[in-house]
Amino acid sequence: MSTDSIRRVTEGEYKYGFTTEIETDSVPPGLNEDVIRLISAKKEEPEFMLEWRLKAYRQWLKMKEPHWAHVEYPPVDYQEIVYYSAPKQKPKLKSLDEVDPELLETFEKLGISLEEQKRLAGVAVDAVFDSVSVATTYKKKLGELGILFCSFSEAVREHPELVQKYLGSVVPYTDNFFAALNSAVFSDGSFVYVPKGVRCPMELSTYFRINAADTGQFERTLIIADEGAYVSYLEGCTAPMRDTNQLHAAVVELVALDDAEIKYSTVQNWYPGDKDGKGGIYNFVTKRGACRGRNSKISWTQVETGSAITWKYPSCILQGDNSVGEFYSVAVTNHYQQADTGTKMIHIGKNTRSTIISKGISAGHGQQSYRGLVKVMKGADRARNYSQCDSMLMGDRCGAHTFPYIEVKNPSARLEHEATTSKIGEDQIYYCKQRGLSEEDAVNLIVNGFCKEVFRELPMEFAVEAQKLLSVTLEDAVG
Amino acid sequence: MATPLLQVHNLNVEAGGNRILTGIDLEIAPGEVHAIMGPNGSGKSTLAHVLAGREGYDITAGEVLYEGRNLLELEPEERARGGVFLAFQYPVEIPGVNNTYFLKAAVNAVRKHRGETELDAMDFLALVKEKMKLLEMDDSLLNRPVNEGFSGGEKKRNEILQMALLDPRLAVLDETDSGLDIDALRIVARGVDSMRGAERSFLVVTHYQRLLDYIVPDHVHVLANGRIVKSGGKELALELEEKGYSWIDDEVVKEAR
Repeated sequence: MSTDSIRRVTEGEYKYGFTTEIETDSVPPGLNEDVIRLISAKKEEPEFMLEWRLKAYRQWLKMKEPHWAHVEYPPVDYQEIVYYSAPKQKPKLKSLDEVDPELLETFEKLGISLEEQKRLAGVAVDAVFDSVSVATTYKKKLGELGILFCSFSEAVREHPELVQKYLGSVVPYTDNFFAALNSAVFSDGSFVYVPKGVRCPMELSTYFRINAADTGQFERTLIIADEGAYVSYLEGCTAPMRDTNQLHAAVVELVALDDAEIKYSTVQNWYPGDKDGKGGIYNFVTKRGACRGRNSKISWTQVETGSAITWKYPSCILQGDNSVGEFYSVAVTNHYQQADTGTKMIHIGKNTRSTIISKGISAGHGQQSYRGLVKVMKGADRARNYSQCDSMLMGDRCGAHTFPYIEVKNPSARLEHEATTSKIGEDQIYYCKQRGLSEEDAVNLIVNGFCKEVFRELPMEFAVEAQKLLSVTLEDAVG
Repeated sequence: MATPLLQVHNLNVEAGGNRILTGIDLEIAPGEVHAIMGPNGSGKSTLAHVLAGREGYDITAGEVLYEGRNLLELEPEERARGGVFLAFQYPVEIPGVNNTYFLKAAVNAVRKHRGETELDAMDFLALVKEKMKLLEMDDSLLNRPVNEGFSGGEKKRNEILQMALLDPRLAVLDETDSGLDIDALRIVARGVDSMRGAERSFLVVTHYQRLLDYIVPDHVHVLANGRIVKSGGKELALELEEKGYSWIDDEVVKEAR
């Protein structure tokens, strides 16, 4: 296929560019201890929370923004960011009827209306609009099973003992620059607790949106699966078009105790900037799960198509004996998007196993790096890892890079690493076209085939959504 | 004689500055089977791909009319939807893409173009199973990725299966017999033979005569150095088999004198 036609297919533009006019309640730009106190006060937080935020802030002041990732962006002025913005709250909402109609309309434009979501059997939605949760459904049913699924703010107020016990236990505020910043100023996010022996009967799902201009979004998510519990959590994002860069520094912590399993799936479609690389979200995220108990399991599945810059390494600490960590990833960079993403698998317990399947697709001027660490500690007898990193290039102006790191301190460990880089096959496209498929359909077919091992890890409805998203992202793009 | 389905006039083709085909003239009427024979490197496969619309060839002179229309200005998918099918010499693997899904997408793309209703999964499965029986193909091939891990014979049968499903007017078979053992050859040939009809034409590109024992051609053309140097009936194939391609070279040399 000609370079021109590939270019055509990769040059479709972001389809979710619009903003919603909703009155917001914001603090002035900039960060200092007073702003943190204000955030904490607005959220009516207990004292321990404020103390933790302040400690994180003081730590952050001593840290430097990391620059080892294979990405380039202009310096971020942290004093220009607005650290708190909430839609002006009417009194607490009990049903969708009370939600701002304009907000509901926004969700409808995205094809993820709450109305629809409510009807979708088995999906409970906790919609995060900007920084504060405005609607939560299916809560009662979950409540009957003792499952807690609520906004982070609510968890801080209602279940402080759980928050205090687990917050920062996987990603301490000292972990890295962005995690420290998040810990100091996080606005809201989701909290899930599944009690002993309970299998959560539905996929838990949250849609995040960044809306108010220049508002950094600092989500905080904490999911705990107690002994023998199981939960599958879906996170999906689209964001409205913006001209100035927006910083998104989320932290996600997962804790799996003995025999527990957490499946965390993400479809990420933050605004990637326009065709010329202007605007777009900076997505600097710390996601980590601790397989703390024996026989526990944590699976990360991500489909990353958005953001101007992605810096993200969902990881697993395999502490319990026989615990299992998995990372399945599809990342797409088109136009001028840059992504440095991968995972860390830290084997501590005996017989721990991990699997890494990473599929990177670069089109346009996209630059993509896989960066992964597999670390086997001294006591991790018979640890095993299998890693497979495949990159597909579309056109001749994009790049794919692989940075695998392996540290093994136990001689009984077995590790396998496979990596491939290929150009989307012109002969494959020709073959499909000779059978009557359009070029665009041919590209979608080939790309979806390339990503299949990851897509099949996604829950059904999400897999369909992910495939659609991929074709929208690469529309007009085969380059 | 009926109006030709395919007319090739004085076709000259270059690739990367090298002349590959020179002054090709060919007319195929509806229902006819033409065989193109020739030694390796004579330009047989190039002719097949030029008809299917592969990029990378420069047409420096001549024209190709299909159903009276200029075929060369159409995209490969437009040709395919219009009824031009190429069975590849080397069928392409598409990892991760389910064969059934691929076949169904292709069939529905063509049906849509013809104004026919698209087949749903159930109807399609019934159709594909019927065709597979004819080709003695194993059902398991439906659930595997397109051509990936297929044996040579399975790939060729998969090509003929696609031809049967897409129901073309002009089927070009590019060395479909290469890499087939005698049993597979018979099955494939029988599949092709069963599709012969008054409205469908074939262009069978082959190196050996043996395929033509099963698919008996109406016309045989011998291609050497990018030119059709001899045309005749089915007996020409037998003569070639007996005397070898060097005989043609000698003939051509004689004529040139």
